[in-house]
Amino acid sequence: MNVVKPAINISPPVDAGGADCCDAGALASFTTARSGPAAVDESTLALRDPSTFVTPAGDGQSSLNLLVENLHCAACIGKIEGRLNATPGVVQSRVNMSTRRLNVTWRNGEADPAELMRAVQALGYPVTPFDPSELAGAENREGKRLLSAMAVAGFAAANVMLLSVSVWSGHAGGMGEGTRTLFHWISALIALPAVVYAGQPFFKSALAALRAGGLNMDVPISLAVVLAAGMSLYQTIEAAEHAYFDASVSLLFFLLIGRYLDHRARAKARSAATHLLGLQARAATVVDADGRQRAVRIADIEKGMTVLVAAGERIPVDGTVIDGRSDVDTQLLSGETLPKLAAPGEKVFAGTLNLTAPLRINTSALADATLLSEIVKLMELAEQGRARYVRLADRVARFYAPTVHILSAATFAGWMVFTDAGWQASLMAAIAVLIITCPCALGLAVPAVQVVASSRLLRAGVLVKAADALERLNDIDTVVFDKTGTLTLGHPELVGGDYDTSLLSLAAALAQHSRHPLSKALCAATPAVDAVISDVREEPGYGLEGIHEGRTLRLGSRAWCGADGAAGDQDGTEICFAIDGKNVAVFRFEDALRPDAREVIAALGRMGLGIELLSGDTPHAVAHAASALGIDSWKAGCLPAGKTARLEELARDGRCVLMVGDGLNDAPSLVSAHVSMSPASAADVSQTAADLLFQGARLTPVVTAIRVARSSTRLVKQNFALAFAYNTIAVPLAVAGLATPLVAAVAMSSSSIVVTLNALRLRWIR
Amino acid sequence: MEILVYLIPIALFLGLAGLGGFLWCLKSGQFEDLDGAAERILLDDEEVSPGDGKTAS
Repeated sequence: MNVVKPAINISPPVDAGGADCCDAGALASFTTARSGPAAVDESTLALRDPSTFVTPAGDGQSSLNLLVENLHCAACIGKIEGRLNATPGVVQSRVNMSTRRLNVTWRNGEADPAELMRAVQALGYPVTPFDPSELAGAENREGKRLLSAMAVAGFAAANVMLLSVSVWSGHAGGMGEGTRTLFHWISALIALPAVVYAGQPFFKSALAALRAGGLNMDVPISLAVVLAAGMSLYQTIEAAEHAYFDASVSLLFFLLIGRYLDHRARAKARSAATHLLGLQARAATVVDADGRQRAVRIADIEKGMTVLVAAGERIPVDGTVIDGRSDVDTQLLSGETLPKLAAPGEKVFAGTLNLTAPLRINTSALADATLLSEIVKLMELAEQGRARYVRLADRVARFYAPTVHILSAATFAGWMVFTDAGWQASLMAAIAVLIITCPCALGLAVPAVQVVASSRLLRAGVLVKAADALERLNDIDTVVFDKTGTLTLGHPELVGGDYDTSLLSLAAALAQHSRHPLSKALCAATPAVDAVISDVREEPGYGLEGIHEGRTLRLGSRAWCGADGAAGDQDGTEICFAIDGKNVAVFRFEDALRPDAREVIAALGRMGLGIELLSGDTPHAVAHAASALGIDSWKAGCLPAGKTARLEELARDGRCVLMVGDGLNDAPSLVSAHVSMSPASAADVSQTAADLLFQGARLTPVVTAIRVARSSTRLVKQNFALAFAYNTIAVPLAVAGLATPLVAAVAMSSSSIVVTLNALRLRWIR
Repeated sequence: MEILVYLIPIALFLGLAGLGGFLWCLKSGQFEDLDGAAERILLDDEEVSPGDGKTAS
């Protein structure tokens, strides 16, 4: 590709949430970076002053944390780290893919933080400095605590089990009392500190529940673990035959596995949520009355200020254009594919993307009164309105915990009344009941299925974000779709027109210089582009102009290319191509439906689900799509509030709705629906709001997700049934005082294994 | 049964070594970015940063 110095600014490819930098062949493509450092607009960068975020790293070094957008794959990591490490003075740079953050450390005075940010930005990754303490690592610390607790419990369980197995075989093989007691003491030495350390997550939560006057699953767990350890210690001191150290630590180990899996699912969802901050433009360039430019935080912008928005930047506040003409990508807000022309006097909205040329905007609303924050507020409202979903496991826990405690107390009372064994033996039996009924299998029943289901869905291209998403997905009886970007691909595709193939390549060479969606579509439809175009100029709202071998090329609207015919009669989804003022070709575009949309709608119908289409698009376009797909019930021109209103109406009728949508305008309805899905190309806010994400151009993952959700909920219920079946066998043994440590260990481990194996069946269920 | 005097401490030591290793990994941040770690295998060998001649991490 020949680099042409364009007459307009082409800043890095800032995509409206799209992921086009690293599709197939990404590793190769990053050598041919689309925009060099010189192409970055200075005004975009000058305003983000990182100095307040620089933290001393000791040893004469400083470090800076940045949020990075558009991170997709290894190539992105290599590109960013390679670039930074090649900068003199930089000691270390590290990209974190999971959290999409970058940490860079340099020797004081040898590198300039603003320069480093500029370097990364020039590669095509918009960055924002942030204070790591602000986005507190509490989540992270919690995960680490669980992991280390799990490691300690695992270590203790393995070693205590080793000793216990020796003791159990010793019962038959005539192990001496001295050896047995020694083994018990060693077990105690390992198990007691392990219980104290690894049991904390459960103890804390149990205490909190008790203080609040309630019971949760952690109360019986804590009781069982503590009592098992305490009783075993007593038995060891008495040199008695049975000690349950293995039971208490392996209980903890199994339960911590479940707990950690659960935590990871939640943490992932929450780290996506923090990126909501990243979407809003963080600082704005304000032009003072004397023409001076200065950087102002969005929160400090006042009504009536003049804000300068460079090409490629997100518009920070709602306002009216006072100077400049540009195309504005509003897809995030309205779901419309084609950009709108912004000319003086027109209103523009925060969160939209300025594509072609700089704009001066007169602020009309404050940052917390913009359309974007309005949508965020709508989402919060919807969140509050949604009745908190009580997970199956919690519903089970509600009656499980009291039952277990009553059973145990009854055992104690029964032994005291009906036998003359004394309070010690009675207490033993009561504790044995608690140990046996400890909801170990229950604690694993849900997370195990969840993990298998998530990994199966991941292979199908679905990411499960909310921990209870699958359970809720099982309940649904209605599916509501958004149109643009959900049922359709969300970007125009070349579908036909009146042109010659050789002209296509020439037109694409010109289109390369623009970020207008139609230009992009034209490039995408062209296999090879090799023509050299010079003096490229983009006229917002009209088109492009450039020189090729002495001839003037024009690409754009009919008027721009001097073609006849009314410009309006084709819905604006066509562009013309002219050479030396003579129109030679017309390209027609359409926002194509996802290739399998029709089959998916049919499949959902066969599953007995009601289907609706709610779109912000025009009635004409929506009706066309609805009839093509066979959807009877549709509504066009919906505003975000209109969509949530319709969903609330459905909810009042007792329907459980799955909302599938991608735009920022869908975000509130994604939150208010019973459960929601977004394509991975959706706006960040929508991705954050959705419970599940699916990847790729196909819609089939929606059906797969519902199928997997149904079978996994069935499996969870089976697992609960298995756990209860095991209890009905083991509890009488415990009540009768026959639950020796060996019986307890066998019963517990086998129930956990059965539950886990049952969960694994999900891999084969169709 | 004297062998137990050696075997039990050895078993415990090995277990503790594993546990210690894991906790060290956890503390040194090797579990912070599992997604990134999965992607990094696709990168070429790490480059030498010209700044200090050390391998950049």
